[in-house]
Amino acid sequence: MSGKTSYELTPAEARLSMAHFYVAFLALFIGGIAGLVQALQRAGLITLPGGINYYQVLTAHGVLLALVLTTYFIIGFLLAGVAKTTGGLVSGAKRFGWAGFWLMTVGTILTTITILTNEATVLYTFYAPMKATPWFYIGLTLVVVGSWCSGIAVLINYVRWKKQNRGQITPLFAFLTVATFILWFVATLGVAIEVLFMLIPWSFGWIDTINIMLSRTLFWYFGHPLVYFWLMPAYIAWYVCLPKILGTKVFSDSLARLAFVLFIIFSVPVGFHHQLLEPGISAGWKYLQVFLTMVVVIPSLMTAFTLFATFETAGRQKGAEGLFGWLRFMPWGDARFLAPFIGMVFFIVGGASGIVNASNQLNQVVHNTLWVTGHFHIPVGTTVALTFFGVGYWLIPYLTKRVFTPRMNKLAVVQSLIWALGMFIMSAAMHAGGLLGMPRRTAFTDYQGMAADWIPLQVVMAVGGVILFVGIVLEVIIMLNLMFFAPKGQTEFQLAEVDTEQALHTPPVLERWGVWLAITAVLVVVAYTVPIVDMIQNAPPGSPPLRTW
Amino acid sequence: MAKPYLSTQTTEPAANKEPSTLKGTLASVLLLGLFIAAVWGGVFALYVSRL
Amino acid sequence: MHLHRYERIWLMIGGATLLAFLAVLAVQTFALGLAPPSDLGQACLTSPDELAPPYNQPGVYQVGENEYDVVMVSYAFGFDPGTVEVPAGAKINFKATSKDVIHGFQIPGTNANMMLMPGHANTVTTTFDEPGEYLILCNEYCGIGHQAMMGKVIVK
Repeated sequence: MSGKTSYELTPAEARLSMAHFYVAFLALFIGGIAGLVQALQRAGLITLPGGINYYQVLTAHGVLLALVLTTYFIIGFLLAGVAKTTGGLVSGAKRFGWAGFWLMTVGTILTTITILTNEATVLYTFYAPMKATPWFYIGLTLVVVGSWCSGIAVLINYVRWKKQNRGQITPLFAFLTVATFILWFVATLGVAIEVLFMLIPWSFGWIDTINIMLSRTLFWYFGHPLVYFWLMPAYIAWYVCLPKILGTKVFSDSLARLAFVLFIIFSVPVGFHHQLLEPGISAGWKYLQVFLTMVVVIPSLMTAFTLFATFETAGRQKGAEGLFGWLRFMPWGDARFLAPFIGMVFFIVGGASGIVNASNQLNQVVHNTLWVTGHFHIPVGTTVALTFFGVGYWLIPYLTKRVFTPRMNKLAVVQSLIWALGMFIMSAAMHAGGLLGMPRRTAFTDYQGMAADWIPLQVVMAVGGVILFVGIVLEVIIMLNLMFFAPKGQTEFQLAEVDTEQALHTPPVLERWGVWLAITAVLVVVAYTVPIVDMIQNAPPGSPPLRTW
Repeated sequence: MAKPYLSTQTTEPAANKEPSTLKGTLASVLLLGLFIAAVWGGVFALYVSRL
Repeated sequence: MHLHRYERIWLMIGGATLLAFLAVLAVQTFALGLAPPSDLGQACLTSPDELAPPYNQPGVYQVGENEYDVVMVSYAFGFDPGTVEVPAGAKINFKATSKDVIHGFQIPGTNANMMLMPGHANTVTTTFDEPGEYLILCNEYCGIGHQAMMGKVIVK
C-alpha cells in the first residue's frame, strides 16, 4: 500500500523528469558563476568589466538559483515520485508535464536575456517603482504558469489514482506532493495578481502609477510560502526516501501528512514578517502575522523530532546504545545520506536565525543586512540544495539506468564536505557582518572610508564563496557523470515502507483538502484584509516607473 | 547489467532486541530547542543593548 | 493519531518557548512603545516627488528639551541633508521618506533601521550615547549607485 510499489518508471516518464534536471543543473552552474563573481567583487578583489554591473549579476544569481534551480528540481523530483507511487503518469499528466516544462523554459530564457541585457536589474524581488522591461515580468509569468501546468499534471494523476483506489489512503509521497502543489497554487496567486494586474500593465505604460505597498504586500504574500515550496520537497526526501537509505521504515506516516497540512495553513498569512520595518502597515497587524509565523515553526519542530527518531531507530536496529549512540551507526560514507544530513545540521542554525528575523522589533537589528543573506543561504542554499543533491545521487541514475559508482560517491562525499566548509565560512562571516550593520545587496564600497574595517570580513565571505564554487563545479561533474557517463546498471528508487500497523491509523480527515483550504482562506482573510484595504484606500499617490540603473 | 553498488538491505533486528526507545531523540530535540533559545536570546540582548 | 509521549513533551516545550518569545515581543511593542517603524502618514502632495511638510524642509529641529526631529529625504543616491549634527544623549527621531524608489535607512551599531517608501513617512528613534561620526546607509537596493548612497550623523 503506502510506499510499497513495484512500478518502475517508463522511459517517457524518465525523460520528463530528466528534462527538468538538465535545466536545474545548468541553472546551478550559471547561477554559481554569478555568485562567485559577486563574492569577489564585493570583497574588492575584482572589478567587473565595463558593460556588466554587480546588480545585474546579483539579479541573475537570485533568479537562477532561488527560482529556476529550485522549481525545476522540485518538479523533476516530484513528478518522478508521483509516477512511482501512483502506477505511472497518465497521458494527460504527461502532456501537462511537458507543457509546464516548455512554458517555464521559454520564460526562463526570456527572463535571462532581459537580465543579461541590463533591462531588468531589479533583483529577483523586482520591487516597484524600479521598472524592468515588461518582457522580464512576462518571462517570469511564463515560469509560474508553467509550474501551474506541472501542478495540474500531479493533480490529474492524483485524481485518477483516487478514482481507481476508492477508500484507500493515498501513498505518502503522492499525498505530500499534492500538499506541496496546493501550497504553491495558493501562494502564487499573490505574485500572479501583482505581476499580471499591476507590474505588466504599468511597465508597458498602460497605467501611469503603481501602489507600492500593495505590490510589495502581494509579493511577500507569495514570498514566504515560496520558501516552503522549496522546503517541503526536501522534507519529502527526508520523510519518505531517507529512511530507506538507512534501512528503516517511515517513522510516522500520519505525522508527515499532518506537518504538511499545517504548512498549507500557516505558511501563507505571514508575509508581513518580511515587511516589518515598512510604513503603511500598523504594528498590530504586523504582530498578528508574527504570531502566525511562530505557529508555522511547529511543523518544522515536528519534522526535527521525526528525523532524530528515524536516526535513533535505525541506529538501535543496528545495535546502537545510549542517547547518541546512533551517531556511530549512520552511513557517513554514503553521500545519499551525508548530503541531506549536513543540510539538516545547517538547518538548525538557519531555522534559529529565521525565528529571530521574524521577531517583530528584533528585525531592526538584522533587516536588509548581510545577516539575512547569511540566513537564507542556509535553508535554501544548504539544506534544500544538499538534500536535492543527495536525492540526485540515486534518482538520476535510476532515471538514466546507470549506477552511482563508489568513485562518484567518494567525490560526492568530498563535495558535501567542501560545500559545508564554504558555506560555514561564508555564512558565519555574513551573520557577523550583518550584526555590525553591513548591508545586503550592495556592491563593493567602504562608504568613503567610514566602513573600511568591514572589508576584511567581506574577503572572508569571498573565501567561502570560492570554496562553494569549487563545490558547484564538483557537483556539476558528478551530475554530468550520472546523466551521461556512468556505467549502465540498475539503481533502486529510494522509497521507505510504512509500517502496515501504522498505515491503518492514518486519519482520513488529513486528506480533506477542502477543509484545510477553507481554514487557510479564513486565516489569509483575517491576516490581510484590513491592512490591504487600508493600503488601497489610504494610499499616497502612486509611483511612476523609474529606472535607476 | 552491472549490479547496483550501493544497495540497501533492510536490517534484521538483533536477536535479543532492546525495547525501542526515543530517549536520544528527546535529548537531541531539547538541545536543538536550547540552541534556538540561545540564538534568540543573544540577538534580543543585542537589541536591548542598543536601545 | 498516535503521538509519542516524547514528541508531545517536545512540542509543548517548543510551543511554550515560542509563546515566551511572543510575550516578550508583545510587552515591548504594546506597553513599552518599541514597535518596529510603522508610520501611517503620507509624505507627499500629488506625487511622491512633491514633498509635503515637513519633508519639503529637511533638517534638524529641536522639538523638546532633549529631543530632536531629524527630517530627511532619501533619493537615488543620497540623503538630504547629507550630514546632520545632533547632541549625544538626546532622543533623536529620524523622520524620513523617499522621493523616488524604495530606500532603506540604517545606522550601523544602532537599532535605527527602517524602510522608506515613496509617498510614505516613516520614523525611527534612537539615542546616541557616544559622540562620534555615525554612518547612515541605504540598505535597500535602489539602483546602480546604491553602494554609494550614504549620509552622516555627527554626534557632539
